[in-house]
Amino acid sequence: MPMDEIALDKAHHDEGHRPSLYSPARWLFSTNHKDIGTLYLVFALIAGIVGYSLSGLIRLELAEPGIGPLASMMEWMYGVQGDQAIEQAKQYYNTVITYHGLIMIFFMVMPALIGGFGNWFVPLMIGAPDMAFPRMNNISFWLTVAGFGLLIISMFTPSGNGGNGFGGGWVLYPPLSGLRGHSGPAMDLVILSLHTVGIASILGAINFIVTILNMRAPGMTMHKMPLFAWSILVTAALLLLALPVLAGALTMLLTDRNFGSQFFVPEGGGDPVMFQHLFWFFGHPEVYIMILPGFGIVSHVISTFSKKPIFGYLGMAYAMVAIGVIGFIVWAHHMYTVGMPVDMKAYFVAATMVIAVPTGIKIFSWIATMWGGSITFAVPMQWAIGFIFLFTLGGVTGVVLANAGVDHALHDTYYVVSHFHYVLSLGAVFALFAGWYYWFEKMFGVKYNAILGTVHFWLMFIGSNVIFFPQHFLGLQGMPRRYIDYNDAFTLWHNVSSWGYAITLVGTLVFFVGLVEAAVRRRKAEANPWGEGATTLEWTLSSPPPFHQYSTLPRVKADEAH
Amino acid sequence: MRYLASLIAMIVAAPAALAQGKPDPGGLGFQEPMTEIARRGMAFHDGPLLVMCIVITLFVLGLLVWVSIRYNAKANPVPSRFTHNTTVEIVWTVVPVMILVAIAVVSFPLLYYIDREPDLEQIASGEINASVEEQAAAGLGWVNVKAQGNQWNWTYSYPDVVDGSGFALEFTSNPVHSGLSTDPATGERLLSVDYPMVVPAGRYVRYYTAAADVIHSFAMPSFGIKTDAVPGRLNEGWFRVERPGVYYGQCSELCGRNHAFMPIEIRVVPQAQYDRWVATMQSGDFDSAARLVATIEPLDGTTRLASAN
Repeated sequence: MPMDEIALDKAHHDEGHRPSLYSPARWLFSTNHKDIGTLYLVFALIAGIVGYSLSGLIRLELAEPGIGPLASMMEWMYGVQGDQAIEQAKQYYNTVITYHGLIMIFFMVMPALIGGFGNWFVPLMIGAPDMAFPRMNNISFWLTVAGFGLLIISMFTPSGNGGNGFGGGWVLYPPLSGLRGHSGPAMDLVILSLHTVGIASILGAINFIVTILNMRAPGMTMHKMPLFAWSILVTAALLLLALPVLAGALTMLLTDRNFGSQFFVPEGGGDPVMFQHLFWFFGHPEVYIMILPGFGIVSHVISTFSKKPIFGYLGMAYAMVAIGVIGFIVWAHHMYTVGMPVDMKAYFVAATMVIAVPTGIKIFSWIATMWGGSITFAVPMQWAIGFIFLFTLGGVTGVVLANAGVDHALHDTYYVVSHFHYVLSLGAVFALFAGWYYWFEKMFGVKYNAILGTVHFWLMFIGSNVIFFPQHFLGLQGMPRRYIDYNDAFTLWHNVSSWGYAITLVGTLVFFVGLVEAAVRRRKAEANPWGEGATTLEWTLSSPPPFHQYSTLPRVKADEAH
Repeated sequence: MRYLASLIAMIVAAPAALAQGKPDPGGLGFQEPMTEIARRGMAFHDGPLLVMCIVITLFVLGLLVWVSIRYNAKANPVPSRFTHNTTVEIVWTVVPVMILVAIAVVSFPLLYYIDREPDLEQIASGEINASVEEQAAAGLGWVNVKAQGNQWNWTYSYPDVVDGSGFALEFTSNPVHSGLSTDPATGERLLSVDYPMVVPAGRYVRYYTAAADVIHSFAMPSFGIKTDAVPGRLNEGWFRVERPGVYYGQCSELCGRNHAFMPIEIRVVPQAQYDRWVATMQSGDFDSAARLVATIEPLDGTTRLASAN
């Protein structure tokens, strides 16, 4: 970004070490947590555009019943005609939904929230000069990029059953992901991609845990640590425990596919359901991995713009720990219909509903933080308040789905699609934008246009609700997930949903206009644009912060608030 | 208004009308429930769960609006500094727990009701409280059907319907529509099949699911059931539909290219019609058998006839 140049703070003696913005070595070989954070954010932005375009294809195809836009695309891509194009489109649709999910989860939300904001602000907030293992930080980032490259290549690699790419959903269930379902190399590349990005995440998680446990500034006890650092600590712990399980399952799948093992092959005595257990033992913590950093960001934003310390700090920190711990013992609520014993289902119903309690504590504590405050509605605050409302809505439908008796009707319908997009697409992503607008000036040293930020918020808020709220109706009516075509009775709400996407498309354009505007106008940012409410350490530094900060460690006094 | 109209239509036409289990254009809620399982599930969802959802969402929204008005910088220029209030913290922990316990009290019986098939001997003998129809149906025992998912159709077999050589009745149910230009204009688009699964009205039906290749899922929204068909496993479930009619469901686990094109059509017909269908199927004339159930007879021959369309 050219924007941070103008803000060079010559008074700071460390500034002399800042390499040129245009030096390839600065970015390729970077060991600086802020530069790596920026790399992660830029990467997430690019991956986000890809993932968002794929969802555009989905909404375009589903706007009307019948198979139209994708068939035309197949005619253009493969030169096939008529019904042949339709058959191609069916496989391609499955590929699109699969890669939309994988890209958004592993290459957009995680890199942005953990790699991007985590790298940027964990060291700044805890008063550390950098991450504990700066070179490992570099390899984490570049492995993520490599993983993304493998995934994109796999999209254009034969699937083994006509067409390119793996079309078995992001959950990768065998036998569809095995030789029987997708015998081509596309699925092997997906496995390699996830292995690569998994290693990147594990290394990143180790880096965060070590940094947070060992490199806090003098006087900053665990119970004085900012909530964003807490959220990243819990997230990193979840990653460290959950990802090896995914890696194990993926390796078993890989050997099933290539070396004749039969872990998940029923003909050989294997069990496809075992993969689902392994996958969701990773997959459920994974959804908390995506949302917890957002919790941290929202806490800071709410506190800053209410000009009030966060309500119930310890409760907030340990609610996240509780959510993380319980997150490991609820996985099979994704599998109520696979044929589990009823007592096991009953256990998972009970355990799942327990999560609503710490989540409720967080929601109410945010509102209590605003209560009695002196609230200003700056752009990040709008996103944070939007987050609270949308996450609540996604949370209550989660309680509905937790009940296995009802889930028998709703499992694998659009109700589920709506639920997890409310907590992720409208939850995690709104938190992501709250963080983006909260820290933008700090990171890049220039101001953004608040009017464009506000317009961006409202377009996204309205648009994503128009996309996802009607999907509850579709799900209740029995519309299954992952369908390229549907009975005409579902037309109305699918059509409305697609119009919602068009609204978010305008919102996304406004976001990029805002980026360009900020880059062109280059209004110099203040060290602390938010005033007395912004109390964490990053606001004591210039904007952008010096290339190397805290050569003298800050001291946190015993009576200081967190 | 649409709800009200359909409710009135339901009451007026209730006993004799032919039921249809399919999505309602622009529908907002569940499909009309056709089994006790679906009725209980719908009562649970439309009752406690929906109320919980709406009340909590509106409560949080109301609080957000209230603090935004009451505590914005203009209305409240000097922020207070409190960060703790033990009473409200206890309240917002205990009240959600109580709500969840209340939900669980309804949820667990429903789950066990769906998952544990009823004991027909006890129902038949009157040990379990049941209606006259239920008692009579229980006395006849289970109707067993196995649904095997294939890429991309369903194979139904009736293990109790065996021919002279001991082979069970088995047939494959193919979709009528595949999204292609060759699709006929007849039938419910993407929902109709050539040879539907047929079961007698009012009887207790036990279904098994299995799969030949990849995982599929046997789902019937208006029955409130969904059971995965997993290769190497045999899952089971049950249902009992009182009203004759035609009911549609769709495969509900991603199974490859034609996942959206392997519908499930169940025709629930009176026992006598079912018996004739079975006999015709056993003769090997599937087309005649399909024609035989194309028009579904009412339960009681004296009430007015309704035909499936």
